[in-house]
Amino acid sequence: MQFGVFSVGDITPDPTTGRAVSEAERIQIMITVALKAEEVGLDVFATGEHHNPPFVPSSPTTMLGFIAARTNRLLLSTATTLITTNDPVKIAEDYAMLQHLADGRVDLMMGRGNTGPVYPWFGQDIRNGIPLAYEHYALLHRLWREDVVDWEGKLRTPLTGFTAVPRPLDGVPPFVWHGSIRSPEIAEQAAYYGDGFFHNNIFWPADHVKRMVELYRRRWEHYGHGPADQAIVGLGGHVFMRKNSQDAIREFRPYFDHAPVYGGGPSLEDYMEQTPMTIGSPQQVIDRTLGFREFVGDYQRQLFIADHAGLPLKTVLEQMDILGEQVVPVLRREFAALKPAHVPEAPVHPRVAAARALRGEVISPAGIAAPIAAVPA
Amino acid sequence: MTAPSRSLVVVSAGLGQPSSTRLLADRLAAAVERHLADAGSAPRIEVVELRDHAQDLTNHLLTGFPSPKLQAAIDAVLDADGLIAVSPIFSASYSGLFKLFFDVVERDGLAEMPTLIAATGGSARHSLALEHALRPLFAYLNAATVATSVFAAAEDWGSQGVAADGSLVARIDRAAAELATAIAARTPRAPRDPFADPVPFEDLLRSQ
Repeated sequence: MQFGVFSVGDITPDPTTGRAVSEAERIQIMITVALKAEEVGLDVFATGEHHNPPFVPSSPTTMLGFIAARTNRLLLSTATTLITTNDPVKIAEDYAMLQHLADGRVDLMMGRGNTGPVYPWFGQDIRNGIPLAYEHYALLHRLWREDVVDWEGKLRTPLTGFTAVPRPLDGVPPFVWHGSIRSPEIAEQAAYYGDGFFHNNIFWPADHVKRMVELYRRRWEHYGHGPADQAIVGLGGHVFMRKNSQDAIREFRPYFDHAPVYGGGPSLEDYMEQTPMTIGSPQQVIDRTLGFREFVGDYQRQLFIADHAGLPLKTVLEQMDILGEQVVPVLRREFAALKPAHVPEAPVHPRVAAARALRGEVISPAGIAAPIAAVPA
Repeated sequence: MTAPSRSLVVVSAGLGQPSSTRLLADRLAAAVERHLADAGSAPRIEVVELRDHAQDLTNHLLTGFPSPKLQAAIDAVLDADGLIAVSPIFSASYSGLFKLFFDVVERDGLAEMPTLIAATGGSARHSLALEHALRPLFAYLNAATVATSVFAAAEDWGSQGVAADGSLVARIDRAAAELATAIAARTPRAPRDPFADPVPFEDLLRSQ
């Protein structure tokens, strides 16, 4: 199982001091968090993509390329890549290039984005959100698998005799996750292609997450990719930990109360009851996270939100130390003990699998499952 | 032959306890029940008092998801065979609380829903708010709003209310008869579940 962190990249003033970091500081914080992820033994760092203040990460492959150069093991990913407003041709080329530079340590998560004006800013129409997600991804899927593409769709200019360069590293496209909080159509899309499905698992109640994942698993099997319990599922998670749970709640409350997403809304206690958010002791986080398995089945990737809501970098790094030292080792052991042998790990590039084998890391053979998913005709 | 079981949901945005809005809502519900009973159907009646959901409605707007209690109220409306929606008139329109609820009901949830709109206010001068505010709202939601709407001013609850043809009682009866007819004419709602029966991806691609 893969564990990691994802960063939204928001500049939110620290509500306890009123201080907001500069863009330059915020970008460095994201880099520091990514390097820390590798240092504390996490597997994945994923960056958001935004094109409006107060967010900084507009250029994911530039950032991930820089991180790639300064890390050795870390998988680099996105949360999410805007499949609607980015040109799929540019996504194909940018992420193939990143794959080469990172020696295969790359996957990505497709999302539609939820900021209305980004659509017109990038020449698109938000009413086409779902059609753009379908058409752009259908093209991207071909660009990574066919050397010469002739293509015509409704929402992008046609291509004749086009070759996206560089070709994916060793001919193996990056693994793709599709992220959606509430659209069954996206779970259907992920299942159709035999790609991964990721639920952010932060903003909505668990019974909703359960239904989305169940749909994805059922349709994965329907499309002939294998039994439902072999589908590739990822979840987000929102945690804040101190040794004593009351200290965690006391320290995190002002950040919750002023966070752009929840601020002014329900109390921290109500929110924790209604969603998978866990503010408490490391043991509480371990127990709650293990509990995710009970409503989504055995899953492959767990990402935690790290730096956000104005938390000081020092605090974020302390949280990552707790994750790396006290939480993730236990979760790895417990999840592994619970997982049946026929449930695969998330696909990684063969070079990543080979590098892990060289380092003597134990991975199940399923962990190097062919990343090229068969798509039914 | 027994008519199929029907569910009637009453949404009341009254703020007082008791409120005249709820009083009107209950009178309407009782009248609709009577008309449906005459047609051989005993409807299940559920009342959603929006005051009980005021905090959760605000939280829903801010977080994007409903509390379990609010979800149950929304589901009751979505699964209903008929709707009675009653608001006090504030500042020439429905109350903010009333609008908040219909803002968080999913976009097509009320499509073709037989609906009776009603309102309360201090005087009859506000009665056209039903026609210039509530009716367009439910037209936007594609609800099947019945022709007669019911406005109850404070004075309607006095002796004038029960007298002539244009009285509140007569109007309640006429609107209730229209709603009962619309409910009875309608095939009971099929259970909705976008997860149970997804549209195949090829169809989704083709339908673009």
